[in-house]
Amino acid sequence: MTTGLTIFEKIWRDHQVASLADGGLILIDRVLLHERTGGIALQGLAEAGRTVAAPRHVFATMDHVVDTLPGRTDRTIMPTGTDFIRATRAAANAAGITLFDIGDPGQGIVHVISPEQAIVLPGATLVCPDSHTCTQGALGALAWGIGSTEAEHALATRTLRVLKPKTMRVTISGKLGRGVTAKDLALHILARHGSSGGHGHIVEYAGDTVSALDVEARMTLCNMATEFSAFTAIIAADDTVFAYLKGRPHAPDGAAWEDAVAYWRTLRTDADALFDAEIMVDAADVAPTISWGISPQDSIALDARVPVDAPDRALAYMGLAAGDALLGLPIDGAFIGSCTNSRLSDLRRAAVLLDGRKVAEGVRAICVPGSTAVKHAAEAEGLDRVFRAAGFEWRESGCSMCFFAGGESFGARERVVTSTNRNFESRQGPETRSHLASPETVVASAIAGRIADPRLLER
Amino acid sequence: MEPFIHLTAVAAPLLRDNIDTDAIIPSREMRSVSKTGLADGLFAGWRYIGIGTRDPDPEFVLNQSAYADTRIILGGANFGCGSSREHAAWALAEYGIRAIVASSFNPIFQGNCIRNGIVPVTLDLEAIASLATALAPDPQALRITIDLPTQVLTGPDRKTHAFPIADEAKEMLLDGLDAIDLTLKRRVEIDHFIAADRMRRGWIYPG
Ligand code: SF4
Repeated sequence: MTTGLTIFEKIWRDHQVASLADGGLILIDRVLLHERTGGIALQGLAEAGRTVAAPRHVFATMDHVVDTLPGRTDRTIMPTGTDFIRATRAAANAAGITLFDIGDPGQGIVHVISPEQAIVLPGATLVCPDSHTCTQGALGALAWGIGSTEAEHALATRTLRVLKPKTMRVTISGKLGRGVTAKDLALHILARHGSSGGHGHIVEYAGDTVSALDVEARMTLCNMATEFSAFTAIIAADDTVFAYLKGRPHAPDGAAWEDAVAYWRTLRTDADALFDAEIMVDAADVAPTISWGISPQDSIALDARVPVDAPDRALAYMGLAAGDALLGLPIDGAFIGSCTNSRLSDLRRAAVLLDGRKVAEGVRAICVPGSTAVKHAAEAEGLDRVFRAAGFEWRESGCSMCFFAGGESFGARERVVTSTNRNFESRQGPETRSHLASPETVVASAIAGRIADPRLLER
Repeated sequence: MEPFIHLTAVAAPLLRDNIDTDAIIPSREMRSVSKTGLADGLFAGWRYIGIGTRDPDPEFVLNQSAYADTRIILGGANFGCGSSREHAAWALAEYGIRAIVASSFNPIFQGNCIRNGIVPVTLDLEAIASLATALAPDPQALRITIDLPTQVLTGPDRKTHAFPIADEAKEMLLDGLDAIDLTLKRRVEIDHFIAADRMRRGWIYPG
């Protein structure tokens, strides 16, 4: 008796050029690059005397190093950032690939612009030298992060030698509670199963809770698969995804669109497919969640207390004691941005709570749209006015203070509630204390000047 | 890439879980668009006193004379998590690290190690802790041996530990092979596959 296949296995089957020990030589449909790690891959390739095999399948953007202050140029606050920008531009132009440069309406965080422009498509294989490439699995693609040398391999050969991961299904069922978002879901799963919980596996998110999420929320959920140590994440593409993609700049059209959709519909996990591991999550168990420590797994319900067995190192770094309540803790900064939560729907939900309210005295609040297109769309709806009137800085798009590149930061020991995905020591700046949460919780906390529950603000 | 066959060397314990690539090489230390010049920035946040300085913190293991010429790092679970930056592997390799022993590795980091001649050795936490204890009295003399062909690590106490490694990774490490050259040998096969794929999935090929 043969068993059915998972989505992952179907995509793998359709891309396997040859089988290799423990894996396969896999055809790569799209390579994405950014100036932090992509420029160096292009440069390395050129130095080795090799060329990009299929330049039209390769796209690059400026997001990591570029400033997000208004009126930006090649100059950056990050020391030597300009070198990264110029080297990437020169290498991208020489290689003949598409570059979304500073000032280009397509510029933005790589994982935000790729779905936005339908560069990623269901059933495609996509790689990028960036760990949050898993975000794009939300569209039913096999998308994963690699290193720069592997990127050179993908560029030169249109393939990668890939170790076949094990499969895991995370089934989420039921209705999410009031004020509970995809971000809370991602943090909840990390808290329950740990940062190594998905190790060695491709994680398929399934269940009625997932199907009910819009595409942008699915991206938020998949975004943190790398924090789960997974190979990557994937969600079956459905009508919601097809409707999202139709008409976008790089989406197929006409007969090609019909062909594509017909094929995409076959990319669902068969009812009799077997997974190496299964996890069940009851949506009703998920509360608005926030991190307290220095690993994303150090997360708890917003109204819970720091665990009594919390390690000293994490407590010392975060300036907390075991048993402390997080609600009410005074904050210095609030950040909305990053490939986790910086899309139009995130900004809309934040703006609803923010409208007519003010950021508390002494809190530095910043909103960085995930892409130039998101920024323009938000401005067309007047969201920028809401953010600005409340006291938020309104920035140009990019990774910004999601990570510290030697330029801007909130400062040492400053406590920041942030919609990003990593709370590692010094991630957002030397000794900065990051609390990961949903955009709603960031906004509620910015207004209160303390970690606060967004449900109390709901209108 | 330098082939890896057999190594007997000083090992330094960094027995923490979730050592992330930001800790291995902080972003601020990645100053130039280059794969070299990174060894000084290795573990900068832990190795030096004060951000941006080069004053060694005597508490940090790699700064101690007992651990001079460390070639092997003993870590915990989920080693190399976080950012995919290959600079972490480049910095480790440039510093001279040839093997990392951990109970699990982040998959991207593990791939980066293999491509830069660093052997990822997976052992359980208990075994790693016992190695750290065994070498502590005299790290310069009590060395660890890693034999890749047989996939065996031998501790200073002569205890042997078999470790797993994927065949493909092992082959690349043993021969110091460049994966791109290896794959380009299959160019004809790849071109045939693409030709057939174009018929099946024309929509993935930009117009
Ligand atoms: S927004 Fe943050 S996590 Fe996302 S790609 Fe940029 S730096 Fe990485």
